[in-house]
Amino acid sequence: MYLRFEVLRTLRNRRFLVFSLAFPLVLFFAVAGPNRNARIEGVPFPLYYMTGMAAWGTMVAVVSSGARIAAERSVGWTRQMRITPLTTRAYFSAKVLCGYLMALFTIVAMCAAGTALGVRLSAEEWLTMIGLLLVGLIPFAVLGVLLGHLLRVDSLGPALGGVTSVLALVGGAYGPLATSGVFLTVVKCLPSFWLVQAGRSAFEPGGWPPAESWIVIAAWTTILVWVAARVYRRDTLRV
Amino acid sequence: MGMVATGDQRVGIRLSKLTKSYGEVRAVGGIDVEIAAGETVALLGPNGAGKTTTIDMVLGLTRPDAGTVSVFGSTPARAVKQGAVGGMLQTGSLVQFLSVRELIVMMASLYPRPLAVDDVLRLTGVADFADRPTTKLSGGQTQRVRFAVALVANPDLLVLDEPTAALDVEGRREFWAAMRAVAAEGKTVLFATHYLEEADAYSDRVILMARGRIVADGPPNEIKARVGGRTIRATLPDVDLSLLLKMPGVTMADRRGDVVTISCHDSDASDTALRELLVRFAEARHIEVRGAGLEEAFVELTADENGSPNQPGQVR
Repeated sequence: MYLRFEVLRTLRNRRFLVFSLAFPLVLFFAVAGPNRNARIEGVPFPLYYMTGMAAWGTMVAVVSSGARIAAERSVGWTRQMRITPLTTRAYFSAKVLCGYLMALFTIVAMCAAGTALGVRLSAEEWLTMIGLLLVGLIPFAVLGVLLGHLLRVDSLGPALGGVTSVLALVGGAYGPLATSGVFLTVVKCLPSFWLVQAGRSAFEPGGWPPAESWIVIAAWTTILVWVAARVYRRDTLRV
Repeated sequence: MGMVATGDQRVGIRLSKLTKSYGEVRAVGGIDVEIAAGETVALLGPNGAGKTTTIDMVLGLTRPDAGTVSVFGSTPARAVKQGAVGGMLQTGSLVQFLSVRELIVMMASLYPRPLAVDDVLRLTGVADFADRPTTKLSGGQTQRVRFAVALVANPDLLVLDEPTAALDVEGRREFWAAMRAVAAEGKTVLFATHYLEEADAYSDRVILMARGRIVADGPPNEIKARVGGRTIRATLPDVDLSLLLKMPGVTMADRRGDVVTISCHDSDASDTALRELLVRFAEARHIEVRGAGLEEAFVELTADENGSPNQPGQVR
């Protein structure tokens, strides 16, 4: 019931939909449209770009869902929620679930857009891609909740835009940035690299080396949960 | 009905040795209070008296430095989790992207036994603008919606921190009419205010706070008599103060230059004194009658308690 209103509020937030849904779609058609017959790293360009845009759009969806806590904090609404029977855990879970639901919208929209430009994958490949994307999003969901406690509402927009864009860029969502060397090693420690890889694993043999990918995701999730818990505690003790 | 079934049910709120400081400032200095279930209690005091800090501790939003809070015999957190507490906080606006009705429905969904949403909308005077977005409301309307949020919980304990702060006279009247209907249902109500009239008119009991301490606690008329004094000021040169003191209703008389200040216990006494003043001293000009003001009354009361007059600006 509460989640229903959480989703309703998100769907009415036009800015949210523009950044998590419209931007990736527009960019996809603008870039992949003219190159629909081209190939990049041996795969059809629309397929390659579709996965990148899906990674970026879903990342924006889950990060900004949690970050909306900043807006609720700034008007004192989180204090009002703390004197309801809704537990803090349930409050955060609703934000994360809502972000995931929006991410699913983005994924479906991107897959439809990809299909429109001739992307063809087997059922198994689609499912692998979507499944791994959802896994890769876990640290970003936590990052959203953390940013929701760190940011002020007036810096929310620029900060979110900056953080997600840089992470997406470095992770390779807009195209391969690092192919070898130290930079690649560093980038491979970032969760956004593995989010992009999650999308690509469907068609890239060995694109999802289990050990590395799961370790990086688990490590980031653990660290971010720890930091978020500390920030939350500091935040609620002070007021 | 629907009372939290743990501990002593007759006690609504029990605060013992409750203390909270912010840095050097002692916001609440070890207060002891017991409020029976079903009582309507006003927490009266000027800004900075510690009302909000006390209320935040009752709601479990602020952790005390020392002392304990119990709500229906259990911790604030547990009482809140069981849906026994409804609160209207002093600051805060509403979340956006919802209509007023949707917001109340959402809040109702969080509680085990909420009131019917339509009843709450009507009772709080929100029904007329229930379909408007929460962000397109006037200050007074927002305040009413915040009250509706607290009320829809159908709590055993209703805590309101300066609930009428943003309301006009009409809004205040409606607010308290709605509150009366609620209080009649046997709820425990604790509200903070800095209006003596509000505390007097709408509570069974007034707890007077100043500088983090309780300076008086009793029935409203008793508190009113202690802090509801009036002063008459007039330009009246060359008058013998003892003559003024002999007038009915006058407790104190003072002179500064040509201006005399006459203190009275309450508004009845000041009415009597004023009539007498006009009859006896027709030459009195620039006459001014005013409430002594809570601030001054508090200073007086705290001074009484310490056994020495409070002299601001004096070192040691």
